Amino acid sequence: MTEAPSFPMTRGRCPFDPPPELGRIRADEPVARVRLWDGSEPWLVTRYEDVRAVLTDPRISADSDRPGYPPPSPGIAARRRQAKAFINQDDPEHAAGRRLLTADFVIKKIERLRPRIQQIVDQLIDDLLAGPKPADLVGAFALPVPSLVICELLGVPYADRAFFHRTSKTLISRDVTPEQAVAATEELLGYLGDLVEKKAADPGDDVLSRLAVEQLRTGKLTRRELAAMGQLLLVAGHETTANMIALGTVALLENPAQLAGIRGTDDPALLANAVEELLRYLTIVHLGRRRVATEDLEIGGQLIRKGEGVIAATDAANRDDTAFPAPDELDLRRKARHHLAFGYGVHQCLGQPLARVELQVVYGTLYRRVPTLALAVPVEQLNFKHDMVVYGVHELPVTW
Amino acid sequence: MKVVVDQDTCVASGQCVLAAADVFDQRDEDGIVVLLDENPPARLAEDVRQAAAICPALAIRIEE
Repeated sequence: MTEAPSFPMTRGRCPFDPPPELGRIRADEPVARVRLWDGSEPWLVTRYEDVRAVLTDPRISADSDRPGYPPPSPGIAARRRQAKAFINQDDPEHAAGRRLLTADFVIKKIERLRPRIQQIVDQLIDDLLAGPKPADLVGAFALPVPSLVICELLGVPYADRAFFHRTSKTLISRDVTPEQAVAATEELLGYLGDLVEKKAADPGDDVLSRLAVEQLRTGKLTRRELAAMGQLLLVAGHETTANMIALGTVALLENPAQLAGIRGTDDPALLANAVEELLRYLTIVHLGRRRVATEDLEIGGQLIRKGEGVIAATDAANRDDTAFPAPDELDLRRKARHHLAFGYGVHQCLGQPLARVELQVVYGTLYRRVPTLALAVPVEQLNFKHDMVVYGVHELPVTW
Repeated sequence: MKVVVDQDTCVASGQCVLAAADVFDQRDEDGIVVLLDENPPARLAEDVRQAAAICPALAIRIEE
């Protein structure tokens, strides 16, 4: 019997492609055993239809406390034991938590933020152009855009960004110790707990104020439960979009013909289509969606037993040619709306309408306003985020 | 084509609205799907099928 390959696998020469071994597994053994950091051997599911089946099967749980659940690193395992939000719960707890927030992410409501997001993007580009070059596009633009937006939406003071950028970076790193992960979790939970208590006493017009009034004041949720929910929104709300902005820019600069197709356009449908394709092509949540079976079941012809871990590899599924012809090509005009970059099933990303508007505004503005934007170092010298659960670049030196 | 939605399983992802805004909407108070047209015209059939296919909660059913 051959030994299960270790997961995650190493990427190949192209920084945008999933690891080549993942493609071989998808072709030869669509539901395969892989070995994780802790020696456990969950199932890796790589085909598009199988991944959708895993993520919609009620016999497959997202509860990170269940035995057999496959956490991506010891630090992440430790911090989830410390504080869990609905992303790691099953229905009915998951649905109850999620429903407290769905009103804030209704598409019509998010669309009303578009002018404000445009204003933020334009101001940051003004500042970038007025500053020295080369500049780090991550620090000067990619991270500030979603941070400012999520701070305004949640009611978190943007002045505290250095603190929560540091702590959330620790939370999504795979390289930190359990002690470091737990310490960062407690720091951020303490900060957000203080914040929701302040808002309960003196509410403003923001999401955390509303939750503080409706849930904390009435005793429906505790300070810690609200802080955990705030932490999920804050971390998910800026780390993901920031990486899509920076890594998307690298991908477009490396594919100038594709970039040319959207640079001059003011067609919102074309930009919206381009955003979906970049989400598919890059799939920055690149370590799969983690689950555990609660009953014996079959996926892709393979028996999975109760208590066995399952990793739904959305990055491999988004490069499956049964769902996307010529999947390894970036083609901003293809129909890619059925991609799985936001996940699938009841846990599909709550913030996706916000991410879409942010990315449409950014991709529609940055390259038009800075037409000579270019990498200031060769792409091979960029520091890609192999060490994080969200893929991207640590810094992005650019000039213009 | 007849469209049936299940508001109890809907997770308010909004995917259906993006796919077919003439057929689906979201309730303001919680984002849950609202069916605007249960017998959409043929010109919208492809969009409606896509809405059903990408609904993450499998809350949209189509009877041809």
